[in-house]
Amino acid sequence: MSKSGAIRFVLDGEIVEVEDVDPTRTVLQFLREDLRRTGTKEGCAEGDCGTCTVVVAELNRDGDDLTVRAINSCIQFLPTLDGKELITVESLTPNGADLHPVQKAMVEEHGSQCGFCTPGFVMSMFALYKTNPNPGRQQIDDALAGNLCRCTGYRPIIAAANAMYAETQDNDDWLRRPGGIAPERVARLQQIRRGDTLEIEHHGRRFFAPTDVDALARICRQYPEATILAGGTDVGLWVTKQYRELDTIIYTGRVSALRDLRVSSTHLEIGGAVTLTDAIAAIVGHYPGLDEMFRRFASPPIRNAGTLGGNIANGSPIGDSMPALMVIDTLLQLRCGDVEREVSLGDFYLDYQVNDLQPGEFIVGIKIPLPAADAIVRSQKWSKRFDQDISAVCTGYRLVLQDGVVQSFRMACAGLAATVKRARKAEAALTGQLWSEASVERACKQLEKDFSPISDMRASADIRMLACQNLLRRFYFETQGDGVETVYSYGRQR
Amino acid sequence: MDASVSLPVRRDTAVGAPLPHDSAHLHVSGRAAYTDDLPEPRDLLHLAVGMSTMAHARVTGMELAQVRAAPGVVDICVAADIAGANNCGPIVADEPVFATERVQYVGQPVFVVAASTVDAARKAARLASIQYEELEAILEPLTAVEKGSFVLPSETLVRGDPDSALASAPHRVQRRVSLGGQDQFYLEGHIAMAIPEEDGCLLVYSSTQHPDEVQTLVARATNRSAKNVTVICRRMGGAFGGKESQAATIACIAALAADKTGRPCKLRLDRDDDMIMTGKRHDFIIDYDVGFDDSGRILGVAFELASRCGMSADLSGPVNDRAMFHCDNAYFLENVRILSHRCKTNTVSNTAFRGFGGPQGMFAIEYAIEDIARKLGKDPLEIRRRNFYGKSDRNVTHYKQPVEDNIIEEIFDQLTASSDYCKRREEIRAFNKGSPILKRGISMTPVKFGISFTSTVLNQAGALVHVYKDGTVQLNHGGTEMGQGLYIKVAQVVADEFQISVDRIRIMAADTSKVPNASATAASSGADMNCMAAQRAAAKIRMRLVEVAARHFSVAEADIDFRDNHVTIGDRQLKFAELVQLAWADRVSLSAAGFYKTPKINYDRDTFSGRPFFYFAYGAAVTEVVVDMLTGENRTLRVDILHDCGESLNPAMDLGQIEGGYVQGVGWLTSEELWWNERGELGTHAPSTYKIPTCSDLAPDFRVELMQSVANRADTIYRSKAVGEPPLMLALSVFHAIRDAIATTDTCMPELHAPATPEAILRAIGAASRE
Repeated sequence: MSKSGAIRFVLDGEIVEVEDVDPTRTVLQFLREDLRRTGTKEGCAEGDCGTCTVVVAELNRDGDDLTVRAINSCIQFLPTLDGKELITVESLTPNGADLHPVQKAMVEEHGSQCGFCTPGFVMSMFALYKTNPNPGRQQIDDALAGNLCRCTGYRPIIAAANAMYAETQDNDDWLRRPGGIAPERVARLQQIRRGDTLEIEHHGRRFFAPTDVDALARICRQYPEATILAGGTDVGLWVTKQYRELDTIIYTGRVSALRDLRVSSTHLEIGGAVTLTDAIAAIVGHYPGLDEMFRRFASPPIRNAGTLGGNIANGSPIGDSMPALMVIDTLLQLRCGDVEREVSLGDFYLDYQVNDLQPGEFIVGIKIPLPAADAIVRSQKWSKRFDQDISAVCTGYRLVLQDGVVQSFRMACAGLAATVKRARKAEAALTGQLWSEASVERACKQLEKDFSPISDMRASADIRMLACQNLLRRFYFETQGDGVETVYSYGRQR
Repeated sequence: MDASVSLPVRRDTAVGAPLPHDSAHLHVSGRAAYTDDLPEPRDLLHLAVGMSTMAHARVTGMELAQVRAAPGVVDICVAADIAGANNCGPIVADEPVFATERVQYVGQPVFVVAASTVDAARKAARLASIQYEELEAILEPLTAVEKGSFVLPSETLVRGDPDSALASAPHRVQRRVSLGGQDQFYLEGHIAMAIPEEDGCLLVYSSTQHPDEVQTLVARATNRSAKNVTVICRRMGGAFGGKESQAATIACIAALAADKTGRPCKLRLDRDDDMIMTGKRHDFIIDYDVGFDDSGRILGVAFELASRCGMSADLSGPVNDRAMFHCDNAYFLENVRILSHRCKTNTVSNTAFRGFGGPQGMFAIEYAIEDIARKLGKDPLEIRRRNFYGKSDRNVTHYKQPVEDNIIEEIFDQLTASSDYCKRREEIRAFNKGSPILKRGISMTPVKFGISFTSTVLNQAGALVHVYKDGTVQLNHGGTEMGQGLYIKVAQVVADEFQISVDRIRIMAADTSKVPNASATAASSGADMNCMAAQRAAAKIRMRLVEVAARHFSVAEADIDFRDNHVTIGDRQLKFAELVQLAWADRVSLSAAGFYKTPKINYDRDTFSGRPFFYFAYGAAVTEVVVDMLTGENRTLRVDILHDCGESLNPAMDLGQIEGGYVQGVGWLTSEELWWNERGELGTHAPSTYKIPTCSDLAPDFRVELMQSVANRADTIYRSKAVGEPPLMLALSVFHAIRDAIATTDTCMPELHAPATPEAILRAIGAASRE
């Protein structure tokens, strides 16, 4: 057992113990300022540029293998590293060793110019290297969607991602071979695995990381005003951008019950602290019509840290997951103390950034109904850029047709109101009608009554409405004949 | 990926070889030290800037007691603390380091707080309470034109008789189009660290393209002479023009705080502050009136350009001059008038950005060319060819410089064929007939870009080369490295001068104590000038070595040959290091300075005539896109580029500049939108809201070639050509490909404004459908 309040993680094969941690100190600050390990850079401090990318390896649910993922160290609080292994760009060339295959490929393909984004790219590529032995162009694009390069135009970086698998046969070093098991790394993490609640107190500020859901419920009741921290991809910015002081933080990322993901006979049940990466894989497996929206949802480092529960609880009016989840009748399992209740996602949002969560209450899980055979479910995202952008408009649809007549139609939108909201008038206009262009046009008219969007930096009010109407029109055309491919996928190699 | 890359390799020497970036192995391993990575001196203080929250206001009170009382705060510095000049304007002294009685944009520095940590400084800076009396703010260039609000007088350049030519032209198109600005979005934000040294000296580490200017402005602000300020920059994490003049503000603030506290001070801007506080590419409103004949030949054209300069002149004079010079792009304009307004607005002062006004000028003429083609229902390619500069006639620019090196026809011929432009254009038209929602479009655009600083005095460079007794070399020159590969190119030139391998050369940081009075690394001129200066320095030492060898071994100088780290002296062969030893023992200097000034150029700014450019760089691109007519979302499908680098010094670096420049230009013209609200606050000040291209935006089919066997006609270093800026403008082809896609017929002229965001595209489609 570690001393109370001290956190332990692995770095370069050593167990690092840090005492008296400021709960909101970021991993990046710790690396750059405390360790003077300056290979990892700060580009934006909001998880949007990827210069700060590091890789975290942690034990899987069974504790017998590693999950290896890239995250943004700039918005990750240091205590969340407890029990994990941190791999930084320096880790790839310990003691000035030869360049790692990823790094070598980057040099040979001229993948760096100014070099400032490069360590971040190297780490995202390293995560890809460890998890996908033979990625295609789209998988490379997806893996690098959270890393911005302003110099190269990306062509040589893609070339390096293709070239990095050469000359890696028979390497005993786990770091230097794609995939592969790492018993000694697993053992080291098992050694620092914590069974009880991590409690930190630092100058009157507190951090709790329980492992048990009852403990979580207790602590949440004890500190009803506490900030609940899951992936930190939003809460991190409260600290790095808004300079807020968070007095009490309760971290859900270690609560095993909240990390469960299972399928019942009726529902997909996703624990409140399951990462977006894992949640999305499960959802898209059942709802392929959501694939494109979820590919465009944030970036891998954000999805690797962020949780579906956090996305929902945070309740941004421009949240991407909610329109789709709302139209398929997603339920939220909430718990406050010993009391559990279920709330429909459609009833969860009360007003701008106000939801139905009571003080001390938290999201235990998300219950997503398994798809009905006859329902068409789709979500569309509309933004200035395909990857790693925030939607100006995001839609979700659920359509049931019988003999060309709309049996049931549901539509929800983000970006058009103070909360993600159903388009009730448009829904009514279509229900019971022939699924035709004319009907859709009538529904488009109703959308103007459903929503009164605002103008901001993402889009103007009038064009937001037009885009929403056109997205509905597009959804209609997609259901006709051979459908219409999206520009997102048009002409791309897989 | 279906990306073909062709790298010509000239010969078995360093020059012409596609060597990797000199720091590549450091970049990839995280060992390349940027300014924030340098070891921090003891007692270092961290700084945060307090900024104006008003676009235009009188400051009636400033309450900083809470800032001072915040944890960790050591001191505060305001305008009154400035010992010297309260100015960081590089050309016109109209931009204070700290605002005094009046603030002129949201984000203008008002004070700086020094604290023990970055966090403490930033938190404290937010506690200031500044009282304002709001003044009328001018937020748009056209409002500025209306009210006569300019940072510099408007300029006019006329050739021929545009009015008569327009009046009598068989066809005419008039249009107003807006063109957005662009944030440089270097990944490393602005940073400077100022360290007090003995006897009143100051050492400044600055992420700057222009150490000399930082030295000058820091000296003035702190009331020092230049000899007491040293500025060092080993590398920048990107700059793109954004660290040409803007770095001085940051360095001045750090220097002032260091003087006030007597301690080393570091100012590293948070990304949002960086984007709010520092200048960007100028956005333009462009009016044009073009008259042409049935064949599409331009008979007369009038441009009126209004650019957003922001609250001060900064580099807006030369930026707008360059816009005027590039309103021709590759076309002969016999009768032309260009009126250029340099609008003063209550927004951040705009500055240099790759292309420096050239892209905006070219945007204007390319839009007009496309309109001519659409008006006549012809392929724009035909109109472009119809108007290209000639070789023996129609070959003088509107500023009276003959175009002596014109190869645009050759580039177009080669690229039309290699890209299969004509066939694909037909295929696209056939495709569009059957595809109501997804429309494809294609466009081929040229680039002709003038190389040299238009201000003649800046076209000079210095270098300092040391050869040590072991035969290794330290190389200093006035250029700065921002990722473009300048340092490796200069090292390749010096390596060849001595015929030693590049790894025997240590490339040193840009340092004002080694090379004085250096111009900014800008205007694409870095390699042209610094390679020449370094070559001359190395040549001096080599000649001394030859002289030593000839004397020592009694052989004719003509019989001495440097090759492959050795020197052949008659029938004897020495290692390079052995000859160096010999020279040292002979008490011969092994250090030399080199100097270069660009020949031929002369230019009279009063008449806008002369030879502002030593030569032109050329290129062309064909871009094909697909656009969703319902959402305005679009994707680049295929890109073919042929670009002229003369005889490339390093084809790998040049290729990197071409590819990166193109993609950066695509960002400017498509996804990168600067958005201000009605209070003059920038809403797009972080990567969450300001969208530069990502990996998946790169066309799945991306083919780039360097034009082969085209030695620069001008006598440049190894007959190479500058490559930093010109490729950015190849991206004009993406804009016109989008316009091509959304034009429902060959004569439809969609009113598409830049950047072509999905919103702008939907507006253009909507306007076209109402026509």
